[in-house]
Amino acid sequence: MYKFLTGFMFWVSISIFFIGLSVRFILYFKGLDWRLDRVAYKSYPFYAIKGALKSILKWIIPFLTHGWRKQSCMTIAFFTFHIGAVIVPFFGLAHNVFIRSKIGVSFFPVTLNQITTDVLSWLVIIGAVMLTTRRLILPQAKILTKSSDYFILFLSVAPFITGLCARYEVGNYLFWLYLHIICGEALLIAAPFTKLSHIVLFFASRAQLGMDYGIKRGGMKSKKGINW
Amino acid sequence: MDSGKLCSKEPVKTKEQLRTLLKDTGGKLYYKQMQELKVDTDLLWQTIKTTLKSRIKTWLEICSGCGMCAESCFFYLANDKDPKQVPSYKTQSTLGEIVKRKGKVDNAFMRFAMDTAWGKCTYCNRCALYCPNGIDTGAMISYLRGVLYQQGFVPWEMKIGAGMHRIYYAQMDVTDEEFIETFEWIAEEYEEDYPNLKVPVDVKNADILYTINAREVKHYPEDLAYAAILFHLAGESWTVTSKGWEETSLAMFAGDWEACKIQVKQVYEAMERLKPKRMIGTECGHAHRATVIEGPYWMGRKDGKPPVESIHYVEWLAEALRTGKLKINPEKRIKTPVTIQDSCNYVRNGGLKDITREIIDYMVEPGYFVDMEPNGENNFCCGGGGGFNGIGLYRDWRNKGFTIKRDQIIKTGAKLVLTPCHNCWDAIRDLEEVFKIGINWSFLKPLLVNMVEIPESMKPKP
Repeated sequence: MYKFLTGFMFWVSISIFFIGLSVRFILYFKGLDWRLDRVAYKSYPFYAIKGALKSILKWIIPFLTHGWRKQSCMTIAFFTFHIGAVIVPFFGLAHNVFIRSKIGVSFFPVTLNQITTDVLSWLVIIGAVMLTTRRLILPQAKILTKSSDYFILFLSVAPFITGLCARYEVGNYLFWLYLHIICGEALLIAAPFTKLSHIVLFFASRAQLGMDYGIKRGGMKSKKGINW
Repeated sequence: MDSGKLCSKEPVKTKEQLRTLLKDTGGKLYYKQMQELKVDTDLLWQTIKTTLKSRIKTWLEICSGCGMCAESCFFYLANDKDPKQVPSYKTQSTLGEIVKRKGKVDNAFMRFAMDTAWGKCTYCNRCALYCPNGIDTGAMISYLRGVLYQQGFVPWEMKIGAGMHRIYYAQMDVTDEEFIETFEWIAEEYEEDYPNLKVPVDVKNADILYTINAREVKHYPEDLAYAAILFHLAGESWTVTSKGWEETSLAMFAGDWEACKIQVKQVYEAMERLKPKRMIGTECGHAHRATVIEGPYWMGRKDGKPPVESIHYVEWLAEALRTGKLKINPEKRIKTPVTIQDSCNYVRNGGLKDITREIIDYMVEPGYFVDMEPNGENNFCCGGGGGFNGIGLYRDWRNKGFTIKRDQIIKTGAKLVLTPCHNCWDAIRDLEEVFKIGINWSFLKPLLVNMVEIPESMKPKP
């Protein structure tokens, strides 16, 4: 079982994840149409890159945009969830040991120590609870939320819950470990086909709007450009 | 469009059709017929398949439903935070549904979508600034309007407006002759005060080609005179064109993309014919957006620019004040509390917020200008953008939406609201009419004409 999950299924899921998301990312940009979108994407590379980078960078830093500052609770929930969700899978100690055993080298030279991994994982769970609660009680989020959105949230947080259960050896360690791997692989497989595709499409969409403002909607008129 | 049928998929193409439609006061019969209008679901799906590409498709798909766009929308705030006014809901429940149902939607659905596209969104694009995923709901609503227009589900006034552009190449029934005659006549009226004041027509290679909003010809000819006076005093070499003088585009608000092209083509042809150094448009927000920002794309211009450099009136004005072409008499600067309504179309969507502040530094005595909160690109729509001012069917919705702008103005304590945009000007006027908060409103030109110094050589001889 372990061999199957960490062997065949690992390679299948990780391939679907990386290939699938790469395809979606490439197709997004290939599909941009200067006539339909009414943005001269290729004519002003400097303004395009400047606009795209600014649009992405400002939104991945907490409280840097008007939007984040205006809704501080959401900002806290969002970053509490996403910081761990992005960092732990790559830098988590156990993951790096596992990756090294698979491909000979680890993803990144830095690995998180156990305490940091634990804290970040807990933050993901707390963030997920906050995001779920928000959807349940705020009418403006509730009206937009479908059951699939809750499922995606659950799918995203499940590897962290099961990971922590395995880490603390709650009951049967192997049970939690297997479940953790299954949940993680389910997440990887689902990513390109669901709203989880925002893992890359967030950057793509932000880049597009950044280019739109950078090239067409005033980016060339004022030095500062749009004040996100 | 056959004459008996007021509401159809066909655009208005003849004067006769236009007259028939105009006779139907308020569009009573038009809207009645709309209830019977058949949805061409095959055409609808075909249109979606060929035009809803990467960007909008992705926006519809990756919207996480977080609702962060809600608070950015003045309709949501003005309507007691009604969740149905959340920007994302407005696109998901209309365009999103059309995509989901592969175009198989009925008449009632299309009328609901029309109410949403024209009655609950002015495509001010403010929500685009507040969405973490970079989703521009305004751009989607604009797209939706095009889809609805193609099927004939468009408010009566918008159908007429788009028809006007197709027939008169102007948003109103103003002919080329009427434009020139009115401009020349009104300038003559001021010639005593400003000797040699002329309206140069079709002059080639001038520094400036001036384009306007047809409403100025019909309703505020003084504005034309003020423009002529200010160019005259600034010593500019300028001209108007006898064809292609209209900068606005109600066709853009209607979603009639073919008419958008027909309209802007006239202006670009005038540019190519007269070869001015620059084109300057009047104090209008959507005109600038239509002719300068969006127009090049309708015309298939790959660089996204009009044939000659084209700027908004406020850009010329700031430059004229900066370079001393126009000098303001310090005694005559504004000394009442004053604020400015930042136009969505050239501030949020055109990057000109600093330019207007520069003008204010010249025009207003220090200490009297108070900015609205929020302002600049974060300012709220005046409440009448996107064609909303002109649509009778949604008048009550518009007036309710005004409450946000009303409160913003009241908080500044201003008695005068500068509105260098036709839509904003109308909206603030109507807002005052509805709520009577005791404010005045004005374009910049009428204020400036009374403020600028007249060089000795230009003064009338006693």
